[in-house]
Amino acid sequence: MDFGFTIAAYAVAAVLFILSLGGLSGQESAKRAVWYGIVGMAIAVVATLIGPGSGLWLMSIILIAGGATVGYQLATKVQMTQMPELVAIMHSLVGLAAVFVGFNAHIEIGRVAAEFTANDLPFPQPEGPLSDMAYALLGQLSNFGELIGKKTGVEIGILRVELALGIWIGAVTFTGSVVAYGKLSGSSSMLPFKIDTGAIQLPGGHMLNAAAAGLSVILLIMYLSGSGGWTLVLLTLLALFIGYHLIMGIGGADMPVVVSMLNSYSGWAAAAIGFSLGNDLLIVVGALVGSSGAILSYIMCKAMNRSFVSVILGGFGGATGEQMAVEGEQIAIDADGVATALNEADSIVIIPGYGMAVAQAQQGVAELTRKLRAAGKEVRFAIHPVAGRLPGHMNVLLAEAKVPYDIVLEMDEINDDFPDTDVAIVIGSNDIVNPAAQDDPNSPIAGMPVLECWKAKQVFVSKRGQGTGYSGIENPLFYKENTRMFYGDAKASIDTLLPKID
Amino acid sequence: MEIVYSCTRNICAYMPVVDRRAPCYGAPVCMVSDHHKDGGKPVKIGAPKEIEADEARVAMTPDSALQLQKLGYDCVIETGAGSAAGFSDAAYKDAGVEVVKTAAALWKAADIVAKVRPPTTAEAKRLREGQTLISFFYPGQNEKLMESARAKGANVIAMDMVPRISRAQKMDALSSMANIAGYRAVIEAGNNFGRFFTGQVTAAGKVPPAKVLVVGAGVAGLAAIGTSTSLGAITYAFDVRPEVAEQIESMGAEFVFLEFSDDELPDGAATGGYAPPQSPEFQAKQLEKFREIAPDMDIVITTALIPGRDAPVLWTKDMVEMMKPGSVVVDLAAERGGNCELTVKDEKIVSDNGVTIIGYTDFPSRMAAQSSTLYATNIRHMMTDLTPEKDGTVNHDMEDDVIRGATAVFDSEITFPPPPPKVAAIAAQPKAAPPPELTPAEKRALEVAEFKAQTKNQVILIGVGAALLLGVGLIAPASFMQHFIVFILSVFIGFQVIWNVAHSLHTPLMAVTNAISSIIILGALMQIGSSSVIITILAALGIFMAAVNIFGGFLVTRRMLAMFQKS
Repeated sequence: MDFGFTIAAYAVAAVLFILSLGGLSGQESAKRAVWYGIVGMAIAVVATLIGPGSGLWLMSIILIAGGATVGYQLATKVQMTQMPELVAIMHSLVGLAAVFVGFNAHIEIGRVAAEFTANDLPFPQPEGPLSDMAYALLGQLSNFGELIGKKTGVEIGILRVELALGIWIGAVTFTGSVVAYGKLSGSSSMLPFKIDTGAIQLPGGHMLNAAAAGLSVILLIMYLSGSGGWTLVLLTLLALFIGYHLIMGIGGADMPVVVSMLNSYSGWAAAAIGFSLGNDLLIVVGALVGSSGAILSYIMCKAMNRSFVSVILGGFGGATGEQMAVEGEQIAIDADGVATALNEADSIVIIPGYGMAVAQAQQGVAELTRKLRAAGKEVRFAIHPVAGRLPGHMNVLLAEAKVPYDIVLEMDEINDDFPDTDVAIVIGSNDIVNPAAQDDPNSPIAGMPVLECWKAKQVFVSKRGQGTGYSGIENPLFYKENTRMFYGDAKASIDTLLPKID
Repeated sequence: MEIVYSCTRNICAYMPVVDRRAPCYGAPVCMVSDHHKDGGKPVKIGAPKEIEADEARVAMTPDSALQLQKLGYDCVIETGAGSAAGFSDAAYKDAGVEVVKTAAALWKAADIVAKVRPPTTAEAKRLREGQTLISFFYPGQNEKLMESARAKGANVIAMDMVPRISRAQKMDALSSMANIAGYRAVIEAGNNFGRFFTGQVTAAGKVPPAKVLVVGAGVAGLAAIGTSTSLGAITYAFDVRPEVAEQIESMGAEFVFLEFSDDELPDGAATGGYAPPQSPEFQAKQLEKFREIAPDMDIVITTALIPGRDAPVLWTKDMVEMMKPGSVVVDLAAERGGNCELTVKDEKIVSDNGVTIIGYTDFPSRMAAQSSTLYATNIRHMMTDLTPEKDGTVNHDMEDDVIRGATAVFDSEITFPPPPPKVAAIAAQPKAAPPPELTPAEKRALEVAEFKAQTKNQVILIGVGAALLLGVGLIAPASFMQHFIVFILSVFIGFQVIWNVAHSLHTPLMAVTNAISSIIILGALMQIGSSSVIITILAALGIFMAAVNIFGGFLVTRRMLAMFQKS
């Protein structure tokens, strides 16, 4: 049985998905693009339900409806600041689904083989046309069973590689995402166990990962040579361990890369499963998602001037000598001082970071922006590519607080404007405004592109205390002559500042 | 006798009579150092009445005396020393200052004498061994005075020699006096100028704003600019150092530009922030510019001084003649001959065409209360640096840049001129050569080379990719390759499409890709119809989770995108 109609529907869905991703190039077209994605998904699911997935369709619909309810609850309840956690936990679902589907394929192969042997037919099929007996048997099998039954020896081998790959990537994605979720959500995690947000590795470090990966390859070869289902189970367990241990060893500051990397993995898992099921739409979408995540990871790494490998291997490396000593002292300022400077300034640039998200200060910042703009001042936002814990995290938070997106600028767009800026306000960011990246070749972040806010006439840094932040790197910006430290929780600081602005 | 090393310094810094290098064993057992705070009488700082007729300032105010006492010193003042600046003897007494009747008594009583003006010959004779004099001294021009102080064995700290580094700003008396002079110059000009500074439209007619030109934007010049603009005048300013243009504009004045190439301009950083001498071509150009704007100017304030030289003539006789009657020229450089050709030192004259030219040299003294307060504070800061332990004993540390720089005579030796300070006053101006302009041919060559490199990279990538694909194709069966082509093309499309996604939409992108990656639901849907129970259960779980993801992912994306608003 072939489903010409289904394949046509898949083609339409694939085009819609591509349009959906392409539409994200602009804020306005993006709103339309989401609809393309939704319609594409609906077409794909309906076509499958009518076509090859028609068995137990009622149950499928009930399950989908159940999933929809849960998904709706999740999506409407989540705070915008929790977006990184949500994305991470949803990746884990895709990973787990891939594992299940992969195991099903394995079981199905076994079942089909058993059927054929019971009827004294050869399995896998020899080269050449199928015998009539085989045809008759195929007719009794499910759609997927029929597909498998037709395969020759080489094809079954490839199928096994694909499903093992799908299961492996899926399992890595699953535990990796769960760990990432735990790290991102911190104390508000809904997991039954606590996950330390720091970079922690078991003794043996990356050797352990390498050993597990090596063992996985051996198990894969054993599985292919017919060692049975236990190799696949063990393979899965190893993959689960790698996912856990790999992400456990990556520090909080590298989370944007991790999340986009897991995004990429979930895509590759889907693509691998698509191969094993012979489903082109799965392959297309998996490849799209996989390459999208890969590009995002690449952009993030470039923004931190670090190689992908060094991020994955965790921790900052490559410092070749003594870091420059920071001279001077951090000078504190109170809300009155900041307010006076803001009232006198004409052009203001605000640089938000993860600290703003943590303190939920985006509403206050937006209110401050409205007041300053109402007073005829030029207010802009400078967003570093790795600000926050997710690519584009800050943009989403500011958008939530109704900051117009056309005053929210990227690093390259605004870096040249700092010398003409009267006041730069740094809210809860640290490394992305660290001049050591440019001045100190021995700094761990040397060469990382940073926002050159110290070139503004005055810089205010809203910060909880005198610590060095997530990465533990000393920031000479805080000691500069034109920098004043505005200590305190970002939200509380902005709230005391607001009534003083006129 | 047991020696107790309770004194932190082994070599006593302040030791008037006995050998200065004798170790100080600390009080109360220190036998040689009867000066010690606990053992002997406290060190006294004294301020005499200034002798020069028109000098109203005084080097110690009741406020500064209180601060000095906190450092552990006793204060003494000559009767009537502060009266011209508005500080009565009673005020000093209230601040715990001993008031002595005569200058002779003061010079005798004080171990440290603080003055404003350099000592007169008579005063210099009163110096004694071990006494320290702190005042304006101008050691470069007062060599005889310096020699007589050396002969007497007294130490001299010249307030005018304090190096111009950030740390020493608090004792930079020249700057604090220049600040007052700049302010006073505008006030003095206003006093002699018959019109408003600010423009007004009144019922009685329209008044144009006064136009003020400030030449030389040092401390005095900037103070004059600030005063003039806050009075409402249109203020122009000129300086030979182009880097001060920003400071001038920040004070609200307009910088008068000369068209001159950069390398011909002097670098102010090389001379400690003062304007260096200029080339003849530059001077000619400068005068030409002044001549051009002279007829428009109502008030001209000149503050141009070059260290160690006579003041340059910048406002010539013909420029004065071009000015309107009633205009005013204030020459703050009158002390050194004046920037204006017609200036008469210490006098106010009126030129033939009715332009008033003020050559006073005592502007700070004309605001004695203010200038005394600032000067006394400068002295007090100097004493703070000389008394690092606040124990009433002077530690004349010649290793310290600031103290070394200001000291003219020390330990019966003339220590002027000082070596250059270790810290440069102003960072040298980087004169980085601009990248050489590329000729069109070179540019073209660069582009071609870049293009070639790019092409090479691409060809290599395509070659390697094609070879890999072919390798796979050799082993894998055709049914696999059909899917593989789809895969390769999709990856390719993905790369092309994702690069165009806006940075700000990266989070929505992740949410959307997350939603569509639940396309894995198709696999589960296809398997759920299987007759095996375990397959059905696993597939059902897969469908459920993927469904959560589809709806959650798309909804959250829509929520996010709806928030992006244009202003």
